[in-house]
Amino acid sequence: MWVLRFVASRLLQAVPVLLGVTLVAFLAIHLVPGDPVRIMLQGRASDAAVAEIHARLGMDKPLLVQYARFVGNALTGDLGTSIIQRAPVAAIVWERLVPSVFLLAYATLLSVLMAVPLAVWAAARRQRLADHLIRLSGTVAFAMPSFWIGLILILGFGLTLKWFPIAGFGKGFGGHVHHLFLPALTIALFLAPLLIQSLRAAMLDAMTAEHVEVARAKGLSESRVLFKYVLRAAAIPVITILAVNIGWLISGSVVVESVFSVAGLGMLLVHAVSTRDYPVIQGLTVVFALLVLGVNLLADLAHALIDRRVRP
Amino acid sequence: MSPATEGAPPLLQVRDLEVAFRVRGGEVLASRGVSLEVRAGETLGLVGESGSGKSVLCRAVLRLLPQPAAQVRVGQVLFDGADLLALPERRMRQVRGTDIAMVFQNPMTSLSPVWPIGDQLTEGLRVHRGLSRAAAREQGIALMRATGIPEPERRYDDHPWQWSGGMLQRAVIAMAMACKPRLLLADEPTTALDVTIQEQILALLADLQEASGMAMVLVSHDIGVVAETCDRIAVMYAGTVVETGPAAAVLGNPRHPYTLGLLRSSPGVDRAGRRLDPIPGQPPDLADPAPGCPFAERCALASAQCRENPVRLEDRAPGHASACLFPERMS
Repeated sequence: MWVLRFVASRLLQAVPVLLGVTLVAFLAIHLVPGDPVRIMLQGRASDAAVAEIHARLGMDKPLLVQYARFVGNALTGDLGTSIIQRAPVAAIVWERLVPSVFLLAYATLLSVLMAVPLAVWAAARRQRLADHLIRLSGTVAFAMPSFWIGLILILGFGLTLKWFPIAGFGKGFGGHVHHLFLPALTIALFLAPLLIQSLRAAMLDAMTAEHVEVARAKGLSESRVLFKYVLRAAAIPVITILAVNIGWLISGSVVVESVFSVAGLGMLLVHAVSTRDYPVIQGLTVVFALLVLGVNLLADLAHALIDRRVRP
Repeated sequence: MSPATEGAPPLLQVRDLEVAFRVRGGEVLASRGVSLEVRAGETLGLVGESGSGKSVLCRAVLRLLPQPAAQVRVGQVLFDGADLLALPERRMRQVRGTDIAMVFQNPMTSLSPVWPIGDQLTEGLRVHRGLSRAAAREQGIALMRATGIPEPERRYDDHPWQWSGGMLQRAVIAMAMACKPRLLLADEPTTALDVTIQEQILALLADLQEASGMAMVLVSHDIGVVAETCDRIAVMYAGTVVETGPAAAVLGNPRHPYTLGLLRSSPGVDRAGRRLDPIPGQPPDLADPAPGCPFAERCALASAQCRENPVRLEDRAPGHASACLFPERMS
């Protein structure tokens, strides 16, 4: 099975990437001024008490020793203990991971559902009215900041029409789908214009390929030519663009998370950074790196499904 | 070579076709009043240098010109008596691939890299003839065998990038033949191939034509390729047909100085050992055509008269026409 070999080789490649990402994050956070112990104790502790807590947490050891211990523990699933929340980092992150991943997957799905038909339509009617309208509304949506779109959606669909809840994660799969619709739509309205622009451009490029003319010469209908030949070729660069943006949104969705009060990874990260909660920041770094690697793996898999030439 | 059926109306008749391309700052007349005929079962060789309008003509017949950049201004394309330019798009799709098929210049880019060859080869059968996947596969394998592709059962599911150019051109020809067209437009089918493969592909086209009785338009910039296989020849220059007639007459007794120039600049078998004689100058700018004969600037025989008015295609012998004011000066 090529899929298994493909995934296995990518996972092997991910090991050095993960080591590099965690090392850089580990060193960088220690360069930032501010001591989490003093923040936690709110400046009321004596220097001796602070030193004692440092020793208890292992923070008096050299950085590389601390890093080695962190990696060793992480391999067993132990990401350390939050200095501020005094709970295992793995548990804290896991609790926040589910809403975040759900929200991102939901937003991705919505944006693809919006973007593909509109991009195909725009490409088929290039330089006509439909094309111009689609591109103009995409630019307008893209230019509006996410918190603004979020507030408008809350006002319209949440408070006035009362179709969707305006905050929280909900209970059960159906509850999640219902509660996260507006935040997912907010992210999708940012993502979809990117996809429409790039997919339209890629389709116009793919349309000039000779095999597309050959397909037309066979007497195929224009929609068959567009979906079977043009879209398939154009999807490859767009999948990469989508993956890069999802990777960014994993931590970049914090604005949307806070507008809709979704307790996700973005909000956890902001809080952890502001309190210098090293273990949480380190744990989040590992999780973000894993998520980005996972998204890229999915993108590569999709690429390989479309085009056999890239299969191992 | 099959004898042309005299007297019967031609299968394809192009009349005064004028095609304009919109370009930045103006337009280019890629086809300026082209008229030609293809009779059932015959092979017409369409020769001329790059940019003379051969490919535009083929695409205009199939209505594959890029829209809205290219516009057919005037003219008719009669296929079996019906004007293809007036057909609704739905009917035109039926004509493409079933009545008229086309083979393109570069086999390496003629098939989509993401779909199996067999699937693309038999797509016309499934779309136009309503064949099931299994039935189409059976016919596809037969078509691959008929075009000389070895081990078709094993290769049916291969992808284009796994094949050589010559083998791919066989697949593209098999694809064009799938719905048994009555006319095959072969646009420079051997230009992108090695010389040894060129001969094989030309022989394959001739064999298929003989077996099926279809008519063929063989487009080439190489008058040698056309000389080997064609019943009749049409010579194009700057978007017009400058000479047309039976192959033997056009090649043996050319009545247009451009045809003569093409013959003298091509290393033919009968002129082995002789020095090649290139045509001086460049083809004219199609965006700014001169009123008279388009070849006048490069023609040793031209006089002031040639530059004044358009020169019409006129019969010099039965079935042999040229657009030259001084055809007798050629000999």
